[in-house]
Amino acid sequence: MHKLISVAVLSAMSFLATASGGSPFNLTTGVTDISHRVYDLHMTILYICIAIGVVVFGVMFYAIIKHRKSKGATAAQFHESTKVEIIWTIIPFVILVTMAIPATSTLIEMEDNSQSDITIKITASQWKWHYQYFEHDFGFFSLLSTPSEQISNQAQKSENYLLEVDKPLVIPTGKKVRFLITADDVIHSWWVPAFAVKQDANPGFINEAWTRVNEPGIYRGQCAELCGKNHGFMPIVVKVLPQNEYDAWLKEQLAQVEVAKQAETKALASTLTYEESMTLGKQVYLARCAMCHQPNGQGIPGAFPPIKNSPMALNDKQAHIDIVLHGKAGTAMQAFSNQLTAKEIATVITYERNAWGNDTKDVIQVSEIINREVK
Amino acid sequence: MNTATTTPEQHGAEHHDHKPKGLMRWVLTTNHKDIGSLYLGFSFLMFLIGGAMAMVIRAELYQPGLQIVEPNFFNQMTTVHGLIMVFGAVMPAFTGLANWLIPMMIGAPDMALPRMNNWSFWILPMAFSILLASLFMEGGGPNFGWTFYAPLSTTYSPDSTALFVFAVHIMGISSILGAINVVVTIVNMRAPGMTYMKMPLFVWTWLITAFLLIAVMPVLAATVTMVLTDKYFGTSFFAAAGGGDPVLFQHIFWFFGHPEVYIMILPSFGIISAIIPTFSRKKLFGYSSMVYATASIALLSFLVWAHHMFTTGMPVAAELFFMYCTMLISVPTGVKVFNWVATMWRGSLTFEVPMLFAIAFIVLFTIGGFSGLMLAITPVDFQYHDTYFVVAHFHYVLVTGAIFSIMAAAYYWLPKWTGHMYHEGLGKLHFWASLISVNILFFPMHFLGLAGMPRRVPDYALQFADFNQLVSIGGFAFGLSQLIFLVVVIKCARGGKPAPAKPWEGAEGLEWEMPSPAPYHSHTTPPIVK
Repeated sequence: MHKLISVAVLSAMSFLATASGGSPFNLTTGVTDISHRVYDLHMTILYICIAIGVVVFGVMFYAIIKHRKSKGATAAQFHESTKVEIIWTIIPFVILVTMAIPATSTLIEMEDNSQSDITIKITASQWKWHYQYFEHDFGFFSLLSTPSEQISNQAQKSENYLLEVDKPLVIPTGKKVRFLITADDVIHSWWVPAFAVKQDANPGFINEAWTRVNEPGIYRGQCAELCGKNHGFMPIVVKVLPQNEYDAWLKEQLAQVEVAKQAETKALASTLTYEESMTLGKQVYLARCAMCHQPNGQGIPGAFPPIKNSPMALNDKQAHIDIVLHGKAGTAMQAFSNQLTAKEIATVITYERNAWGNDTKDVIQVSEIINREVK
Repeated sequence: MNTATTTPEQHGAEHHDHKPKGLMRWVLTTNHKDIGSLYLGFSFLMFLIGGAMAMVIRAELYQPGLQIVEPNFFNQMTTVHGLIMVFGAVMPAFTGLANWLIPMMIGAPDMALPRMNNWSFWILPMAFSILLASLFMEGGGPNFGWTFYAPLSTTYSPDSTALFVFAVHIMGISSILGAINVVVTIVNMRAPGMTYMKMPLFVWTWLITAFLLIAVMPVLAATVTMVLTDKYFGTSFFAAAGGGDPVLFQHIFWFFGHPEVYIMILPSFGIISAIIPTFSRKKLFGYSSMVYATASIALLSFLVWAHHMFTTGMPVAAELFFMYCTMLISVPTGVKVFNWVATMWRGSLTFEVPMLFAIAFIVLFTIGGFSGLMLAITPVDFQYHDTYFVVAHFHYVLVTGAIFSIMAAAYYWLPKWTGHMYHEGLGKLHFWASLISVNILFFPMHFLGLAGMPRRVPDYALQFADFNQLVSIGGFAFGLSQLIFLVVVIKCARGGKPAPAKPWEGAEGLEWEMPSPAPYHSHTTPPIVK
């Protein structure tokens, strides 16, 4: 019996030990000092639990095997012992104290958000992340990039299915990066297992978290708090670069911001054709609008209103532009004025007013969007 | 579970009963046994409906990609599955057991407040009809998780949310009425000589549970009322824009929610403390320390609610406080497990179906306790929180904990209820099928959670595919296994080997001194308790 138990323990331990390096069985060790400490804490508690379990269940199964009536066992009469009760109250208490000490010191270190090198504001909304680089006054949205054909099983699923985004967050190695986390609509939760960071994004409040990543690489996570229909489709990807590559990336991004500004001005002067608007508008619609209003424009009755045959899309052009730009307070309809370019907004409205038999023949120009926004 | 119970002909004490026949007997009954049977039958029906929803969830998660349901409906399934299992299956099952057993165990003729007893049951089917009807409304039923965090459940919830709120209100009223009845019965109707420290542990644990219910159900009522006014009447309890706070919701909800967890496990402790001594043929080890441990768990349950909220951005001091208090709960819980093992030690053990379920309870509930202890450690909880590790944890505690104990209780007292022995072979088949499938269902969820799969997602990344398939297979097998139980109970209610007054050699307690099946009115004259 004892031999059996020790074999079982040893095999369980070796199984977990071999399973430790990013296996499908166990917690990741991660790539930060904190994540290593969290992993060690996890393993310590796990081993303590296994040890207690082996002792308690060992005694129990010994009784089950040896003290059975069919083997002629007769029941003993003892049924009380204050001494024993005290002993098995104190021993677990002591074990708990030994667990609490490393847990406390790790926690205090995790919650020390001071003296950061870089600050990034993370804003969650249904169902995307926005990253704002405080020191450089630029930011971008990060959305799921897995094509919907893969989700609906019409295409082969790619390697990073549901864990890939159009534009990952980029941070440098070796720097203390502070995250300020908030949300625009419901509660979300920003979680990257390799950093051991999980922090809720609460609408109207700002939470703090930090990380210092040792190894460059691409790390993936997901939204951890139920945030509505597409909660499962809101991944996080963080690309960690060595300092020099990070600097180069940052420079390029800032240059792109300038280019985009110029493109916006240029778009204002140009005239969009119907065909051009419908093509670009459809792309924007499928990427940003279809999750609620559905690819066929019919919405979900009772939850998300239809655009097909809706009075707004057929008649009131100004109201249509307003709702896309500024959203509708108290509903899932977001303000897209800072999420999309003016050209994208113009074309998506054109698409919505002409697709699925809406056929208003309206072609919205960029100037209508800009002027509307300025007002 | 036991709707087709006894007919008046089988009883000795029907001379002053003028009860209606057929359906009206059940609608108008004030008898604790009839009401107990109604509760148990209703609970099993809800178990099947909630289980069917779990099957939808597991079918969708069988493979990566969306195959069967769309995400919004998936969220409705996870939400309503949770609500039905907590408020429709587990809690009514315990109330049903309390109704059947407490008067028999303390030497009382019936529950203290029989008409209220009738009402507290009959409002339950109304509540669940409303909840289930909301699934067919335009926009669907509740889709915000059984924990209904604001503002997902307020500003962003479907139009049917009012139905959810009213359903929860009615469930809460039913629970409070049931709890008041239990307290009044135990305090006032014990037979002469039945002092508090002589009461069976099932009665003790239910007394403490009833106080917990009376304390926290009004908190739940307040929470859903604030959700209602935030959504429909323009208040801002949980909306920052109006000066409220979404995290406030979680504090109030979990102040209800954590004692609620113990409401669903304390009566189990009472059941196991009855069954283990019986089949060990040895007195329960440490009766009084069991009572004190139960009371300590109940008191501590009011001090640990925020361990569900470590990632919401609490101050370090609060995180430490809630971590320490949560860890402390494992001390009295450990005492219970040690006492059960000490009861078995050097006993004379036999392994009838109730004992098998009780042993499985001790082992598997303890595994749930271990993962609970791991979840209590705040820094590691940041990794476990809202993953399948948590799903594994609370299903070990609730399914192989609460539900296994309810199964054990049903097998243990069925001979007393029906007057027949159940079919031992079918019962064993039910046990082994359940035991194997439930572990295939829930154990791999630990690995999924540790590897990083969030809970409440309708689709997942490819590395989680193998375990999810295994889990789904376990789920279907566990669901099917429960149909064996239905067969066993129906067979036993209809006939079988007649049960003696005390079918279990080692059993102790007043209920075993009554004939089997128990007469329609328990203890019409108080028994003498030495």
